[in-house]
Amino acid sequence: MELDYKALGLKVGLEIHRQLDTKKLFSPVPSELHEEVDFTFERRLRPTMSELGEIDQAALEEFKKGRVFVYEGNYKYSDLVYMDEEPPHLPDEEALKVALQITYLLNAIPVDEVHFMRKIVIDGSNVSGFQRTAIVGMNGKVDTPWGSVGIPTICLEEDACRIIEQGDRRAIYRLDRLGIPLIEIATTPDIHHPEQAKVVAKFIGDALRATRKVKRGLGTIRQDLNVSIKGGARIEIKGVQELDMIPIIIEREVQRQLNLLRIKEELEKRGAKEEELKEEFYDVTDIFSNTGSKIIARALKKGSKVLAIKLPKFRGLIGFEIQPGRRLGTEMADRAKKYVKGIFHIDELPNYGITQEEVDKVIEKLNLGELDAFVLVAAEEDIAKKALREVLQRAKEAIRGVPEETRRALPDGNTQYMRPLPGKARMYPETDIPPIFISEELKREILENLPEYPQARVERYVKEYGIDKSLAQTLVDDEKDELFEELIAMGVKPSLAASILVVVLKGLKKEVPIENITEEHIKDAFKLFLNNRVAKEAFEEIFKELALHPEKTPLQVAEEKGLTLLSEEEVEKIVEKVVRENIDVVKARGMGAMGMLMGRAMAKLRGKADGKLVSQLVRKKIQEFSS
Amino acid sequence: MRKVELFMKEKGIEIGDYVEVVEKENGTRVIHRGLVMPPYELSKGETLTVKLDNGYNVGILIDQIVEVRIIEKAKPREEVSFKEVLPKKPGLPNVTIIGTGGTIASKIDYKTGAVHAAFTAEELAKAVPEIFEIANITPRVLFNIMSEDMKPEYWKKMAHEVAKALNSGEDGVIIGHGTDTMGYSAAALSFMLRELEKPVIFVGSQRSSDRPSSDAAMNLICSTRMAVEDFGEVAVVMHGETSDTYCLAHRGTKVRKMHTSRRDAFRSINDVPIAKIWYDGRVEYLREDYRKRGESEVWVDDKLEERVALIKVYPGMNGEIIDFLVDKGYKGIVIEGTGLGHTPNKIIPTIERAVEEGIAVCMTSQCLYGRVNLNVYSTGRKLLKAGVIPCEDMLPETAYVKLIWVLGKTQNLEEVRKMMLTNYAGEITPYTRFDTYLR
Repeated sequence: MELDYKALGLKVGLEIHRQLDTKKLFSPVPSELHEEVDFTFERRLRPTMSELGEIDQAALEEFKKGRVFVYEGNYKYSDLVYMDEEPPHLPDEEALKVALQITYLLNAIPVDEVHFMRKIVIDGSNVSGFQRTAIVGMNGKVDTPWGSVGIPTICLEEDACRIIEQGDRRAIYRLDRLGIPLIEIATTPDIHHPEQAKVVAKFIGDALRATRKVKRGLGTIRQDLNVSIKGGARIEIKGVQELDMIPIIIEREVQRQLNLLRIKEELEKRGAKEEELKEEFYDVTDIFSNTGSKIIARALKKGSKVLAIKLPKFRGLIGFEIQPGRRLGTEMADRAKKYVKGIFHIDELPNYGITQEEVDKVIEKLNLGELDAFVLVAAEEDIAKKALREVLQRAKEAIRGVPEETRRALPDGNTQYMRPLPGKARMYPETDIPPIFISEELKREILENLPEYPQARVERYVKEYGIDKSLAQTLVDDEKDELFEELIAMGVKPSLAASILVVVLKGLKKEVPIENITEEHIKDAFKLFLNNRVAKEAFEEIFKELALHPEKTPLQVAEEKGLTLLSEEEVEKIVEKVVRENIDVVKARGMGAMGMLMGRAMAKLRGKADGKLVSQLVRKKIQEFSS
Repeated sequence: MRKVELFMKEKGIEIGDYVEVVEKENGTRVIHRGLVMPPYELSKGETLTVKLDNGYNVGILIDQIVEVRIIEKAKPREEVSFKEVLPKKPGLPNVTIIGTGGTIASKIDYKTGAVHAAFTAEELAKAVPEIFEIANITPRVLFNIMSEDMKPEYWKKMAHEVAKALNSGEDGVIIGHGTDTMGYSAAALSFMLRELEKPVIFVGSQRSSDRPSSDAAMNLICSTRMAVEDFGEVAVVMHGETSDTYCLAHRGTKVRKMHTSRRDAFRSINDVPIAKIWYDGRVEYLREDYRKRGESEVWVDDKLEERVALIKVYPGMNGEIIDFLVDKGYKGIVIEGTGLGHTPNKIIPTIERAVEEGIAVCMTSQCLYGRVNLNVYSTGRKLLKAGVIPCEDMLPETAYVKLIWVLGKTQNLEEVRKMMLTNYAGEITPYTRFDTYLR
């Protein structure tokens, strides 16, 4: 039964970041990721001071820890601008034009003059300590069956470095992704239904794809959701990959918040108070000296202790399921994850090798009442205390209700704590770049040349290439349309290209990781086909192997698996052999033997010969041997 | 007045006012709310810049504004005063930082986006607290000049300020300077500060100090370490490589800005730097022949002759330029010759004329690296005959500064030659080490 989202006061906002397929935003460096590292350098980023003499204390504490950021570069793909060793060049004209196109496609209005700003970010992901960003369009909107949703801003900004390794003393970043232009599209929180969010996301996605200047593939698109319900809290959910998952994630989040509110209510009923959640650590190591729990035993052998804390009034609530497969205890464990691998709590015990006897002893030691709970960890004392402090903090937040936080989308639709909600980032003008005036001529040029909407493209494919509408729809929806047109330009028949891209590839999805198959792989495979090196029946096997071993090339796979086509003479020889082996049937049935013979022949020749050719030859041989 | 200024005047709008602006674009009304920002210096002035509530700035075409309403007048800026000086910690050496321009530390007004210099002791202590662990710091703003506007009279002021500080008991002096002409100023003070036996460290930043990645803080920390060392010369301290690993201390007469923007732009030319100063505090001397700290009182030799020109030789050059300088009353010309110190043969007569008129003509090389030698080729020998003073392996910029200083004392060409070829502050190395090229 569907929830009454309106009554719940569901508010959802969407934020989409998409990489553009142009040169980098402030220097004409190719926007390519690379794996070869030619050089590295290291930097420290210092927090800046405000006019009032204030330095962000948290940032200063972080800086004092002496954290060093190491950056990996490549001579071909790195430049001084993106090492913060040279002032930025003027912004990439193409990127600006794409941003303007998108502005119009989203029914928004371009600003009269674009002013780039510096947004302070000192986690190391931007070499200069700030990200350059500007508003290009404002006041857009998307119409949906549930009402219209506003798009207040469309921004053009730089992507950040890729994180390669994250540590306490240092982090390693790769420069390749830094500076790739990003379009950021944000909606107002006027989405009131989970399905509406999907519609909005699709509309925005379509507009982006229409420009044909957005990058495709893993990591090129980031979708985040902001979800809140009445009485709940605004939760930022990052990393929503697929369109279909959007409604599920929202539904699960609503569920989670409602369940957390139920827990809050119950805690209130029980008279739970934050003051009762004390930082009193009980050493219960002795109780577990001979425990059957492998985890605890292993920890004790290393010299760790088992510490427990009391959570008054929390019995039964830690184990309360807030999302399928996730409990309040899971949330607590996620907070403690910074320090320990996991926690144990009363609601899930006895289990994992911990006996009822041990549980009772802990209850006794902590002097727990019927409604009280405990959480324990096994770790070196200092670390155990830090972990339990996190648990206490989360317990306090449970009494208050739903904590505001940033969460990570999980593949099953649930979410997991990622970090606290960020504060408003500080921004000031990027004075190295003059404001960019958007002239009437430029606006007219863009308006008069707006690209084809995806739906129009679907219609065009049906009309122009005569392919099935559902195939065309899938090609466009799955962003395979550009690849499709490239294949046609190479000389592949539209129907074949469509069928391979849609039917064959998608069919393999359940068996192998098809995301490992690159567009290069697909194009090379088709090149082999066009050169008569493989038959179209070979595609399936070739792609299957490439998905498992993407480092190989289609040619390698074809040769390894013996999928390369035989010459016509060789095929004829084999067909003749098959016919001779079954000469009785041929004599008996003549052309009626076609089916059986084709079956036998294709068993030997599948992938090595074109089916049509085999059919021709079988027919020929039958005729030869019949007479 | 540009359109934006007229518009603001007409509507009674001031910078910092919180306004609501309605513009009409193709029949659609768009409403903007935010703080009015100063118009960009170099723009045509057709737009009003507003900082929206979300922190972003946008430019609004004035011609499209149909309504504007001041919601709240600009609040007077919260005046925060910072302590000029902080109490001294006993047991620490005393260092004065003299500001001449080129910001060492900045503070950002996030409301307006303006970036201002942060130069009181209290602000420096917040921005770069590490230096207060090394020495008692007394900042003093001498002037605020973009270093491209530096001139000999400012060098004099700098030198006197340094001498005053050192002779009143400071253990070392740091001079904050714009990087464009820092090499010139360092050379100037190397010559002007006589009997110097305490560190005088020039420091700047290549990447603006308002950004978290700025080289300013580390440069300043390393400068402070050098300023309390057993060292008694003028040096430039800047990043040694692009990483924040170590700075290099370069002798003031042998250092040049070799890149427009890189942190490690400053390099010692034809010489080995004096020391590597690591971020963790270690000072690693790269040579033994530097002047150590002493107790002598420094004095300023500030007699300078400013009418000196530095000119670069190029193919097709016309000797008129030399004639022009002579006619205009210049007293000295430093030539950046080609190769070993050559000019087109065509202009040698004009050089002869200059020398005859009593003008000191000195030769350096636009190769920057290497030693000038006018004995090897005939052109060089002709130049020698014409009376040119070859300047060994001196940087052209250093030779220019030195000639200004020498001509301040004598204009007798024999004496000028003698002084130009005397090594006062390490500007001439007697022989060239192999490892001094492109390091």
